[in-house]
Amino acid sequence: MSPPRKRKIRLVTALSSAVILATALIYTSFTAASPTRTPSQLLAGARAGQSYELTGTVVNNSITRSGDTTDFRVADRAGTGVSVPVTYSGSVPSPFREGREIIIDVEKQGTGFVGQSGTLVTKCPSKYAAAKTGSTPY
Amino acid sequence: MGALVGRAALVLALCVCVYGIGASLYGARTGRREWVDSGRRSVYALAFIVTVAFGILELAFLRSDFSYDTVANTSSLTTPTFYKAAAVWSSQEGSLLLWLLLLSLWSSLAIFLTRKTLREVVPYATAVLLGFGAFFASMTVFLATPFATTHPAPTDGAGLDPLLRHPSMMIHPPMLYSGYTLFTIPFAFAVGALITRRIDAEWIRATRRFALASWLFLGIGILLGARWSYAELGWGGYWGWDPVENAALMPWLIATAFIHSIMIQEKRGMLKIWNASLVLASGTLAILGTFLVRSGILQSIHAFGASTLGTPFVVLIVVLVVGSLYLVISRREILRSENRLDSLLSREAVFMLNNLVLVGLCFVIFWGTFFPLISQALTGSKAAVGPPWFSQYTVPLALILVLLSGVGPVIAWRRATPANAKRNFRVPVLAALGTLVVLLGFTHTSSKPFAIGMFCAAAFVFGSVGQEFWRGIGARRAMSDESPPAALISLVRRNRRRYGGYTVHIGMAVLFVGVAASTAFQHVSDVSLRPGQSTLVGGYRYTYEKATSSVISDPNSTGAILTLGAVMDVTKHGHRVAILTPSAGYYPAPDTSQGPIGSLIGGETTAHIGLQAGLRRDIWTAVQPDIDPLQPLITQGNKLVPPAHPEYAFILLAAIAKHYVNSSPTASFHLMNSPLVTWIWFGGFIVFTGGLTAMWPTGGQRVRARYLARVGRDLQRA
Repeated sequence: MSPPRKRKIRLVTALSSAVILATALIYTSFTAASPTRTPSQLLAGARAGQSYELTGTVVNNSITRSGDTTDFRVADRAGTGVSVPVTYSGSVPSPFREGREIIIDVEKQGTGFVGQSGTLVTKCPSKYAAAKTGSTPY
Repeated sequence: MGALVGRAALVLALCVCVYGIGASLYGARTGRREWVDSGRRSVYALAFIVTVAFGILELAFLRSDFSYDTVANTSSLTTPTFYKAAAVWSSQEGSLLLWLLLLSLWSSLAIFLTRKTLREVVPYATAVLLGFGAFFASMTVFLATPFATTHPAPTDGAGLDPLLRHPSMMIHPPMLYSGYTLFTIPFAFAVGALITRRIDAEWIRATRRFALASWLFLGIGILLGARWSYAELGWGGYWGWDPVENAALMPWLIATAFIHSIMIQEKRGMLKIWNASLVLASGTLAILGTFLVRSGILQSIHAFGASTLGTPFVVLIVVLVVGSLYLVISRREILRSENRLDSLLSREAVFMLNNLVLVGLCFVIFWGTFFPLISQALTGSKAAVGPPWFSQYTVPLALILVLLSGVGPVIAWRRATPANAKRNFRVPVLAALGTLVVLLGFTHTSSKPFAIGMFCAAAFVFGSVGQEFWRGIGARRAMSDESPPAALISLVRRNRRRYGGYTVHIGMAVLFVGVAASTAFQHVSDVSLRPGQSTLVGGYRYTYEKATSSVISDPNSTGAILTLGAVMDVTKHGHRVAILTPSAGYYPAPDTSQGPIGSLIGGETTAHIGLQAGLRRDIWTAVQPDIDPLQPLITQGNKLVPPAHPEYAFILLAAIAKHYVNSSPTASFHLMNSPLVTWIWFGGFIVFTGGLTAMWPTGGQRVRARYLARVGRDLQRA
């Protein structure tokens, strides 16, 4: 086989495998992804069995613990007053507290939502500085 | 006064940047050296001015001058001094200033080292570096100034967030930012080389060390972050595919690709377009990384909730991407390869494959990180992919990479012959097969194919790199009759780049063995226990011996007011393995609404883990005490503290803490035992050593001779 032809075959093979891999990647990302929702969006329509990535703020005085289970309510970050109840089993990260922004994967069960173990993350508080009000010009 | 000087310094810094850009470009266009020199001196001036500004801010933190808003927001009188010093970069504005400081210092070093070389390229590189400087200086002047003040000053500040009170806070952000800022140097020189069409090996040689340094610093920064999250966040993981972690990993992967592929350009004059693109991409990704951390565009544990920095960053990134594309496309003629790939069985081909895998990995991570934005743009609804999706792609790709890191060092340049392959691959293949047989025959690991694959791939690397060292030592001893350790030292000294690189490969293999083992064979359990009760986790018995407490005297020196902990006895087959003392620290609330006692402990809570790290296994525990039963006592106590004597609150709190210990309270535990986690940190240390070895200036005659030969060849072609 002549070298230019060989190179062409190599190039075509490499490119087509790259295309196949990229397609697989893109396809799986859409099928494996959990829709991200705010509490009010979840209330407006959540299907049982579907996993959602819920973001919001933990409602004040809503955390109750019994054994390994923690129950709390998550409200819209925008402060609409809408909130959903979440039950979570397992240990919570130490920054988890009332008033804090969290992200958690939940599934609808009955009227409430069950958090999937190990998915609860709280925002790193080091990054709250910008949200504080003060005389800083932003 | 200080704040005013600081503000003025930042404005001056911005002016110096703008002047320096003008001077460098004017000097380059007209060929007037004095303007180019003036542009270079602007970089030094920038470094000086920003150092002054940073010094003022650091002093304000150490003196607890709460008239500075940033000091009041992130420090306090009770924050330990060590953490006051590190609190400078805990805020948005402070970290931007740190970025600017490191950029100006590293740029000065690069510009100083190249003052006598690359006469055409340097002015443009100077202008690009000062361009970055101007961008970050204007951020700190117009959008997030570290020198905003309030009068009268508050009497105390909010304190550094307890989560950040970890020794890593002192070193992790500067390392990470050094990595990010160092990426701008190869970027700037690449832009200069492309503009002036001086695309020989010289600019690569001038910036190779900076590329390596950025790679090394960023890598160490990433690893320190992983270590921190393992030890502090209370969930025991070291990697979570968080956007901010990914942001640092992407430029690092591209830099890894680059430091391999430049060897092909240096040796064979191939892959010039590819190398230029990689450098430009890594510089852009470094800015993108900073943007991800600073803009809050993606939901993340680290991202800011509200920030106005997004738009300028997007503009900068668009300029970088469009500019880079224009440069590469318009210069494609002179970026043509001088040679062709001879064979798919050659070191060049292995390097190219490694490059493709690294870029592929970067693409996977990019896609996953930005998926919420991509899905919103394409489907109108936001969705996110989780760690399982990332692992699905990254695990096999990592496996291939480790394997290639064993193949690369022993395969021949240009074309590997069967005889050569047989000679070089026998030992590594036997090592991998031996490992496979031992694992399948004598352990219960067969259910984890990827972990087994990684162990075998690592054995392959140990075999191939070990063989290279062995042969090198043998050759030296044959020539000079040295003892084996002396031969090893002189071998490495004479070829630091090569053997430093091999050491990095060993370190990465060790690190990945740790990652594979600790993810595949980890045991985790969440339980509630009372003192005296115990539970079994992965063959280890964890017994909650007793509760502990301390008031004010925080055993972890992070300034916690109250510390509630547990003594955990860990045994295996009746033999004691460890006694661990995990605890939770309680910090003061920002206001006094919870009463005199309640406010002392009503702020943040952080977990301090109990860890017994071992070469074979880490025993890891975190505790979450149940303080609800203490609430009635706190409420009662609040009423007993006379307003004239708030210090009585501490006495009552001590009594409540004592009551907690005596009441044999229930506590929730997060218990883990994971094998070989220590290998990750140890592997990182080996990588660091190897990286430093490869970076260390050689000054040897041979290197210079080879370089001169290469320049000669370039000249002949020109």
